[in-house]
Amino acid sequence: MKTLSAQNISVLRGGKRVLHSLTTRLEPGTVTAICGPNGAGKSSLVMALAGLLEPKEGRVLLADAPLCGISARERACAQGYLPQGSDIAWNVSVQSLVGLGRYPHRDGASEQGRGAVESALAAAQLEELRDRPVSSLSGGERARALLARVLAGQPDWILADEPLAALDLAHQLKMIAHFRSCAGAGQGVVLVLHDLAIAMNHADRVIVLSEGEKIAEGDPVTALEPSIIARAWGVEADWLGAKGARALITRN
Amino acid sequence: MNLAMKRASIVFAVLLAVLFPLSLLAGRVWIDPLAGTTTTPSAALILMELRLPRAVLAVVIGGGLGAAGAAMQGYLRNPLADPGLFGIAPMAALGAVASFWFGAILPQPFAAWSLPVFALIGAGLAMGLLALIAGRSLGDGAAGAGGSIALFTLAGLMIASLAGALTALAITMAPNAFALSQIVMWLNGALTDRSWNEVWIAAPLVTAGVVALALAARSLDALTLGEAAARSLGVDPRGLLWLLIAGIGLTVGASVAVAGIIGFVGLIVPHLVRPLTDRLPSSLILPSALAGACLVLAADMAVRILPFVTELRLGIALSLIGAPFFLWLLLRMRKGLV
Repeated sequence: MKTLSAQNISVLRGGKRVLHSLTTRLEPGTVTAICGPNGAGKSSLVMALAGLLEPKEGRVLLADAPLCGISARERACAQGYLPQGSDIAWNVSVQSLVGLGRYPHRDGASEQGRGAVESALAAAQLEELRDRPVSSLSGGERARALLARVLAGQPDWILADEPLAALDLAHQLKMIAHFRSCAGAGQGVVLVLHDLAIAMNHADRVIVLSEGEKIAEGDPVTALEPSIIARAWGVEADWLGAKGARALITRN
Repeated sequence: MNLAMKRASIVFAVLLAVLFPLSLLAGRVWIDPLAGTTTTPSAALILMELRLPRAVLAVVIGGGLGAAGAAMQGYLRNPLADPGLFGIAPMAALGAVASFWFGAILPQPFAAWSLPVFALIGAGLAMGLLALIAGRSLGDGAAGAGGSIALFTLAGLMIASLAGALTALAITMAPNAFALSQIVMWLNGALTDRSWNEVWIAAPLVTAGVVALALAARSLDALTLGEAAARSLGVDPRGLLWLLIAGIGLTVGASVAVAGIIGFVGLIVPHLVRPLTDRLPSSLILPSALAGACLVLAADMAVRILPFVTELRLGIALSLIGAPFFLWLLLRMRKGLV
């Protein structure tokens, strides 16, 4: 299977160094959460892993091949990137939107392309909504449609930047369930998450960033232990509850 | 070609098939198709040497401007975008105005062609400038998420206003009153008294331009999701921009070179087409070319028929239709109907 790894990457944005020699190795079939305070470099890390930001130093490897040496099309077939926000320029139907995921495969009209769109619609439970214009969707439906666009590309890796932002609790859990089933099917999933409880309860691994540096990485319980939270966010907090249903209590 | 695009294309192709023969018959002199052209030689002459080239030119220009408008709106992800935003039309106009200055001092065989040639040089200069700016604004690989399209468009607007200022300067310093009236007339585009020569200049360039835009179509679809998502889908932003500069430069530049400035076509036409399609930019380009051809052909027919002492300029007529339409569009968008 295809691993995705970063070797000593440093990323500059607007002349400012936003990631400092970061190294990590992500395994397919797992959900990795990237957490950290605002401005810690979470989005930059996801974009670098997706090949959208070229590291100034170091390199990103996909299946042990440098990402910068892979053609844009090949990379796009292997990786699905879900940007922050839910910006859709034209009031297209859900099905057309999801069909855009076949862009790198250039088979939107073929049997194979249509099959991939169908299974993405099914996976995101959008079959009933396929003909609806996107402007008529609720926030949760819209998020699912945008996720289905990524799924339609059948990528090895799904990289999503704050996919749960602006969703209510029920839709957050629904989306997480979708991501978990992708990981169950062998895809690698990387999510930027703000909600630490969701990262704790639903991710296999957590990377904590602070000011462009990785300050913790590992299973959620170790990576998100109170001392790390205090260091990254400056908040005194404790975890309550049992595995899989932990809640974060803050004391400030 | 998907179903939605086919439907829109068929609608406007049928409309064009109706309008085209009608436009050959309509004008100051109405030609009766049943009388036959053999009986009246003047009618045959009007048809072959005046109306036919004029109608073909209307189709060529309208098609180019319609396709350019659809591509531009797709590229800027904005239904209010117009191909004029790249500054190509004002630069072509500046070139044409310059020809009124330099045309007189050029050797005779070239002087006759100076206007379209100078206009094309102007359009080419604008394309070169845009390419230069594009090379710089997109050159920084770490530019990242977005904003490069907006930045680039602002650069296009700067080219447009610079060209506009220089044109105004050329007008105020016109060598004589005749040149002045020629310039002003020409800046309001028209198809009056155009011949096959103009068709031979414009048709190949516009066709090449529409082909470039058609090649960009799928990438424009991917842009529906935003710049970052489009890049993640494998869109090469620089390649897309080259195609657009070439496509819009050729269509708009060639149109201005043979007919002067004809506004609003590129802005309006995609809105007429969009509801008939699935609304993806790629589904709009071909039907918009057909609809643009219909619009310019119909408007040109209207200015010929309308009983004014001198013929209403086509550019003015289209702006008279276009401005109220644009206002209506803005109001509709406020209600969220578009």
